[in-house]
Amino acid sequence: MGNALRLENVTMQFGGVVSVNNLSLEVPEKKIIALIGPNGAGKTTAFNCITGVYQPTNGLIEFMGKPIVRNHPTGKAAKSYKGQNEDKYKNEAVLSPTPDEITGMGIARTFQNIRLWKSMTVFENVLIAKHQHAKQTVFSAVFRGNLAEEKRMRDETMALLEEQGLDIYKDELAVSLPYGLQRRLEIARALATKPKLLLLDEPAAGMNPQETIELADFVRQIRKKYDLTVFLIEHHMDLVMNISDYIYVIDFGSEIARGIPEEVQNNKHVIEAYLGVAEEAENE
Amino acid sequence: MKQKKKSFSAVIGISVLLLFVILLENISALIPGLPQVFQPTSPLFTVLKKAAVYSLVAVSMNLLNGFTGLFSLGQAGFMLLGAYTYAILMVPADQKEQVYYLFGGCAFDSSLMDVLGKLFGTSGAGGAVSMILSCLIALILAGCVAGVFAYLIGIPVLRLKSDYLAIATLGFAEILRAIFQWQKLGKVTNGANMIKGFPTFSSFNITNSSGQIVLRLSTFVPFLIVSLCIVLIVLLINSSYGRAFKSVRDDEVAAEAMGINLFRHKMLSFVISSFFAGVGGALFAMYVANAQAKAFTSVMTYEILLIVVIGGIGSVSGSVLATFLYVACSEWWLRFLDSEQYIGGFKVPLLRNGFRMVIFSIVIMVIVLFFSQGIMGSNEINIGALLNRFKKKERKQ
Repeated sequence: MGNALRLENVTMQFGGVVSVNNLSLEVPEKKIIALIGPNGAGKTTAFNCITGVYQPTNGLIEFMGKPIVRNHPTGKAAKSYKGQNEDKYKNEAVLSPTPDEITGMGIARTFQNIRLWKSMTVFENVLIAKHQHAKQTVFSAVFRGNLAEEKRMRDETMALLEEQGLDIYKDELAVSLPYGLQRRLEIARALATKPKLLLLDEPAAGMNPQETIELADFVRQIRKKYDLTVFLIEHHMDLVMNISDYIYVIDFGSEIARGIPEEVQNNKHVIEAYLGVAEEAENE
Repeated sequence: MKQKKKSFSAVIGISVLLLFVILLENISALIPGLPQVFQPTSPLFTVLKKAAVYSLVAVSMNLLNGFTGLFSLGQAGFMLLGAYTYAILMVPADQKEQVYYLFGGCAFDSSLMDVLGKLFGTSGAGGAVSMILSCLIALILAGCVAGVFAYLIGIPVLRLKSDYLAIATLGFAEILRAIFQWQKLGKVTNGANMIKGFPTFSSFNITNSSGQIVLRLSTFVPFLIVSLCIVLIVLLINSSYGRAFKSVRDDEVAAEAMGINLFRHKMLSFVISSFFAGVGGALFAMYVANAQAKAFTSVMTYEILLIVVIGGIGSVSGSVLATFLYVACSEWWLRFLDSEQYIGGFKVPLLRNGFRMVIFSIVIMVIVLFFSQGIMGSNEINIGALLNRFKKKERKQ
């Protein structure tokens, strides 16, 4: 099976700061892959490059074997560029889709700090994610020429909520749900866009150990049920070691290790990055 | 099923309201000796007409500011476009010489009414048909012109956020006002002078052959057009697009990540809002019976913004309610404060010209202090729920 997602020499530089440095990784189809690293390592920036929130300074991103994002430093960015491989994509067209185009291709995401629509109910939150696939125009929407489509959208939303066990909260405001359920709702909303690849940005942030275990099962279930590929960022080592098939570790924007959970767990660089170097500890 | 029942009761409600307006207008002719309030010259009808027009503009502004979260202050500019489009299209050929006398006639020889008049005839039923039809077409075109300008200005401006968007749209409206007062365009816009002579609301009154009014419709017509437009806006807000607008308002980043094209949806909301502002501007021209760029100042935009804020940002019925209260207060209920009043032999202190605005400002401040979310917040008036509450109370007793 091929790769759902492939990053090649992706560099993201903000002014003089390189947040993601020459990152290359592969996310094979139907697997659960994790990206870990200490705070400020550039994990979320990497996600934002994949989802079109940022345009990477240099590099190529492929989805299902097709290039979706490609850039090389030009002008002012080229002068201050600190990364590598700046000539590699020079002769190829720049691709910079907007986040909604990326979502349309089949990549859905959740956010580190939950971003649900505050004034809307649980049901509406999921229903809006169906809007992009609707074929209606403004006129057919206003004059209600699309009742069948509207009904189908509502039915699909209801089915999804039932599957996620959120149907009893359907008329409540999304923000009034307990924290764990808000996370779950955000995942349900991402699923409503019918993704092939699901990006989870710290799904276990702020959860207790019990909730984390449940989340691991939940992620496995939806992976199987919707035939997804899952790519996640996480801090909870329990969760990462428990569910990932393969792990990439980055620190200061660069990759420091990769491998299956056991390998990464015992990797010297990873331990150093997370716990600090032994000498430093002695000096203190 | 529930939805059907709801829309059915909405249709009934609006029809009852419109019938009530017709009745109110003609009641003085049916029953003689009613108090002055019900006479056709009473401020009641001025207030009703003006409030109907303003409520459409307020709702259109609420669609943009309250439902899509775009803080735009260009409403007066789009009203101006609508008003001028309507006025230029509708001045009859035989009036043009008189209206454009400073510029030696108009650039166009005939008007929409003359064109349709040739088709249907100019007197009797044919004349009525041609007037109504040309009015409708001109209103729609007024909206379309405003919409097209909104599209063109939206391309650069909608990339701006919050306050910057407000400044840019406000500037656009002021530029438009200056351009329409430009003497060089006098053959079209009549320079800084007003355009008049086009059909107004009172042209819709049905008269008999001797010119006496048989049935007054001059308040009914704006009510009919405005309620039609507001129904369209409500249908839009309750559709999938309306939900997408709200998601853009709540969280742009999340909306974009869920596949909603930000620029397209912002543009859509901007163009639709401007369309209805244009129609509102044309109705305003009909209300004051002239079109003059001087009237569409930024003060007008602020007035409408105030109405939207008082009514509740994100509430259509709140905007409508607030418009009627606002217009009634400023045009009618507080008028007595402007002149000296005597209670018995005692002269009430402070009352003099301009005192009305002092009280009016205090009232607005009090409303904003006690209803920080506006009168309605982001809720809508729900007649069914109100009725249910009454029923429950009755049962308890």
